[in-house]
Amino acid sequence: MKNTGTLKVTTPTDREVVLTRVFDAPRQMVYDAFTKPELLTRWFGPRGWSLVVCEVDHRVGGGFRFVLRGPDGKEMGMRGVYRELAPPARSVHVEYIDGCPGDGALVTAVLTEQDGKTTLTATVLSPSKEIRDAVLKSGMEHGAAESYDKLAELLALLEPAPAGDN
Amino acid sequence: MNSSQRLDRTFAALADPTRRAILVRLASGEASVTELSKPFRMSQPAISKHLRVLEHAGLISRGREAQRRPRRLEPAPLAEADEWLERYREFWEGSFERLDALLEEMKTKDRKRTRKKG
Repeated sequence: MKNTGTLKVTTPTDREVVLTRVFDAPRQMVYDAFTKPELLTRWFGPRGWSLVVCEVDHRVGGGFRFVLRGPDGKEMGMRGVYRELAPPARSVHVEYIDGCPGDGALVTAVLTEQDGKTTLTATVLSPSKEIRDAVLKSGMEHGAAESYDKLAELLALLEPAPAGDN
Repeated sequence: MNSSQRLDRTFAALADPTRRAILVRLASGEASVTELSKPFRMSQPAISKHLRVLEHAGLISRGREAQRRPRRLEPAPLAEADEWLERYREFWEGSFERLDALLEEMKTKDRKRTRKKG
């Protein structure tokens, strides 16, 4: 069993990003935390950001509307439309970021539970070339560290080599 | 080529396990096509095909040495891809740390409720 608390981010194909994270809680609880506004507002968003708008219509064909506000007052909005809902095991939605044209990204979230711990695997499939890297670009600054250390970290993220690494 | 197109090329090049293995190999020092084809148990033309994709994405370059033309790693596009992934990580790591705390709180409440019932 993977350790709790470690976020794994991989890019299995050029249009997908996969997030994997283990939570020390049963999956119904994790599912609720992802779908109930009174819970979402307590955690959703990067450090320093808060969820100032959070509306959820938990039905297939329904969706959600989120607006995040950053420390400098900058806002970032997103909305989603639910395609499939099988609580607490799986949900599929299409996600649109405000100011980002075109079709949304297809997000498939799968929750599995073992020994009271829940593994979340979220696959984000971007339909068009522009959307993938625009997802979180708005509002968040991060200095690039063009060092070999970083590079080794990135390579370590990718799955192991098939024919040896000698 | 803009940043988005560069990222597309980088991720497309990284989507193949052999090409990732080649990059891991080159991270420890430059190598010729012959040297690269050995550990991968692939023909030189097959390796050359992968090298062309990596070169096109700017992930590797060729040395001047006439005979060997050793390939070497170019860190810039990978650093850019990593920066992009880092934004993702930052967003979700910050969120999930708070979610951990919330889940602990929910579990405590749940236990109290169960105790009252029983």
